[in-house]
Amino acid sequence: MPEPRRNFIFWIFGGGFIGSLISFLYPVVRFLNPPAVAEASVNEVTDGKVQDLAPNSGKIIKFGTQPVLLIRVAQAEWRAFSAVCTHLGCIVQYDSARRIIWCACHNGQYDLNGKVISGPPPAPLTEYTVHLRDDQVVISRT
Amino acid sequence: MHPIEPRDRGKAVAAWFQDRLAWDSVREFIAHKTVPVHSGTIWYAFGGITLFLFVIQVITGILLLVYYRPTPAEAYESVQFIMTRVAFGWLIRSIHSWSANLMILSAFVHMFSVAFLHAYRKPRELVWLSGVVLLALALAFGFSGYLLPWNTISFFATKVGTDMVTFVPWIGTTLGRYVRGGDAVGGATLTRFFGFHVAVLPALTSLFLLFHLGLIQKFGISTPPWVKKRARADAAKPAEMPFFPDFFLHELMVWYGTLGLLGVLAAVFPWELGDKANAFASAPAGIRPEWYFLAPFYTLKLIPGHVLGIEGETAGLLGFGLLAVWWAALPFWGARPDGTVRSKLVTGAAVAFLAYLSTFSLLGYLR
Amino acid sequence: MKYTFLLLLAALPLPAKDSCLECHSQLEGDFQAPALAFRKSVHLQHGFTCADCHGGDPNADDPQAAMSKAHGFIGVPPRTAIPKLCARCHSDPNIMRKYNPSERVDQYAEYQTSVHGQRLAKGDTAVAACTDCHGVHDIRAVRDPLSPVYPLNLPATCAHCHANAAHMAPYKIPTDQYANYLKSVHWAELSKRGDLSAPTCATCHGNHGAKPPAVASVAAVCGTCHVFEEQLFDKSPHAPVFSAMSTGACVVCHSNHAILKTSDQMLGGQNAVCRQCHETDSAGGQTAARMAGLIQDLQNRIVAANDLLEKARSSGMEVSEAILRQTDARQSLVKARANVHAFAVAEVNTPIQQGLAIATEDYRAGQAAMKERNVRRAGLAVSLVAILVTMAGLWLIIRRLHRSRA
Repeated sequence: MPEPRRNFIFWIFGGGFIGSLISFLYPVVRFLNPPAVAEASVNEVTDGKVQDLAPNSGKIIKFGTQPVLLIRVAQAEWRAFSAVCTHLGCIVQYDSARRIIWCACHNGQYDLNGKVISGPPPAPLTEYTVHLRDDQVVISRT
Repeated sequence: MHPIEPRDRGKAVAAWFQDRLAWDSVREFIAHKTVPVHSGTIWYAFGGITLFLFVIQVITGILLLVYYRPTPAEAYESVQFIMTRVAFGWLIRSIHSWSANLMILSAFVHMFSVAFLHAYRKPRELVWLSGVVLLALALAFGFSGYLLPWNTISFFATKVGTDMVTFVPWIGTTLGRYVRGGDAVGGATLTRFFGFHVAVLPALTSLFLLFHLGLIQKFGISTPPWVKKRARADAAKPAEMPFFPDFFLHELMVWYGTLGLLGVLAAVFPWELGDKANAFASAPAGIRPEWYFLAPFYTLKLIPGHVLGIEGETAGLLGFGLLAVWWAALPFWGARPDGTVRSKLVTGAAVAFLAYLSTFSLLGYLR
Repeated sequence: MKYTFLLLLAALPLPAKDSCLECHSQLEGDFQAPALAFRKSVHLQHGFTCADCHGGDPNADDPQAAMSKAHGFIGVPPRTAIPKLCARCHSDPNIMRKYNPSERVDQYAEYQTSVHGQRLAKGDTAVAACTDCHGVHDIRAVRDPLSPVYPLNLPATCAHCHANAAHMAPYKIPTDQYANYLKSVHWAELSKRGDLSAPTCATCHGNHGAKPPAVASVAAVCGTCHVFEEQLFDKSPHAPVFSAMSTGACVVCHSNHAILKTSDQMLGGQNAVCRQCHETDSAGGQTAARMAGLIQDLQNRIVAANDLLEKARSSGMEVSEAILRQTDARQSLVKARANVHAFAVAEVNTPIQQGLAIATEDYRAGQAAMKERNVRRAGLAVSLVAILVTMAGLWLIIRRLHRSRA
């Protein structure tokens, strides 16, 4: 019986074909739709408003996959360094009393240029550049 | 006006196009194209698979182009962006990477099947030569594309690969600078490789593909000598099947199967991204190139520092060059001028070559 | 003879004439050894001669003249005179400034306060003087890796006497310090990781003013690097109690030389150090158990999150942000372990809760990633079904084609 069988094959092939086309085209169409975060940028991280950090204080922010210590040394002076201590990898912090960068693990101390002033760390902290854009704080690689 | 029957409407449309495209000759040609039927028919599919995978590469490559950025500062991050933030970016990228490997594998299978089926003989010598060029272009695609994610493994693999280029006698250093865009692998290399990968190589490949496919259409699919001999002995024509729709339907099935395979590979064995390249870090231990370069890589490892007064690497490169020329010249030493093939010689040589490539690739992978 | 010496003089790269070196280099055995050793000396590099320590006339080739008392020759100085001999230059800033302006000049003064110095002054020649640690004729700079007082070599140098039971017998102090130190985490850091800032004998005992730290100052000495632990300990209930004990402070739980890598077992295991004093059901024992429990909880939560995130990552899912956040959780764990030294549950609990919050969030991120992975596989299954149906349809068409032809 050619006719019913033909319809059957037609539906199998046609349905499968259309279905597979949809399963190919659906990801492509969604791929081309720009995602919410429009750009891949980890050359630069915007931390927030200038007012968020008081003078003579610091905080840890994420720069891509690395932690960075952002320090507002004075009203208009900002510094940023890699927050990973060069001794054994602990996360450093800003000591506002002594105005140094301090590692709590083994008392490593760095000055505000990232240079080691005391303790076990063998190398200085990598520095990052801080710019102010309007009232946004922007940290980028040097 | 009486309503036009559906069938008549179809004919009217076809006639409209025929008047403007003159494509009846094409339809005639396709209707009469045949494919030989014998025990080795299945191997005829691999040329089509390679072509199909190339088309997949072009499509996924263009999609990736929408988000990829070819500078050292952004390349890795843009690929990570594609993998994590773009909808189905992981799928497109993994398909592109897997399809690249499958395409090269399929090209090798196709090439060796042509050798074993002796399809290179007169009048198809130029088809073979253009095929060898296409294989070289595919390997160049693989090598240039490998660097683009700018991760540790691709950076160092490119470094090792481009260092090899400098061992070509006399022009080695200049050649190295041309390939790398400088004296070391860096941003200039990335820009250059990107240009090769998305513009130069596709253009060249299209040209050679048109040539390759055009000649195949002209001369048809080759029938192996022993099939022809047997047919002559039976006083009959060698068995054939129509290309359209029979063989084409089989090809469509194979292509669909390949698509399914790509989907499984992309979803279950996604392609890794690794860490961003750091030029100042030391090369990770056990760095090695992708599988299709493993055989020459391992061979070079085995060659001693100096051979007959020339440097080991140079000797190795010369060896590979001679091997490539020898293999490309297969139609000339593998067949006699009258069109008869030196079957045993070619089969033996092809088995030896295949054995060398497989063994050394495996050894390069294990060691 | 004389002309041979002159020829030798022409060949040798000596800045000034040193007949002692020339002559003794030609001799044998114990007479030759000092001359050969002196060639590697930092003193020779700076242009000093044998006579600068031993006296005599380095310009005279005649042995009698070279080694005459008239020219100040003192021969081999007695051990008790060695420190003062070295101090003649090394305590004089005017001399040292010519060679290394930033080098200290108080070594002799420190030495006189040390056990070694005090005993030597009383005539005990078995104790260490300058040459016992720094070498005699082949004295190298401290930063030279071949120097016996280079950090990696220093413990072995001290052990030369301090691990020798026969030598130390009259002093009635233990000789197991070196053996214990080799088991310590400080030695492991120094020898295996190459961390030259790790403490050696001199770091805690002083080098020239070597004396064991007083019991009361042990915490302060350890606290030069382990600042947090010392600050917490000083405010803790253990501080007054431990200072009344013979060993003092940190040593009670951590030992003095065999300072092993700390582990949570020290707090909550079968051989927990707390059990040395506290019964399990006492207040102290319960505090220890509670602290150990909290730390174990966080440790477990972190490990669980790590495992799940690694599983997600190796399935191809993007979880780098969560993996990075795990360092914060680990930081909390480190802080909690340091806070154990306050010996109060509340102090340990604060960082633990912070860490638990982070680890829980990361675990949830891992679960979300695995869910997404399953969604992807479901999507793959859907497309595979469509593909297989299409292939089946194609096969049916092919079959029908062959049938209609046959």
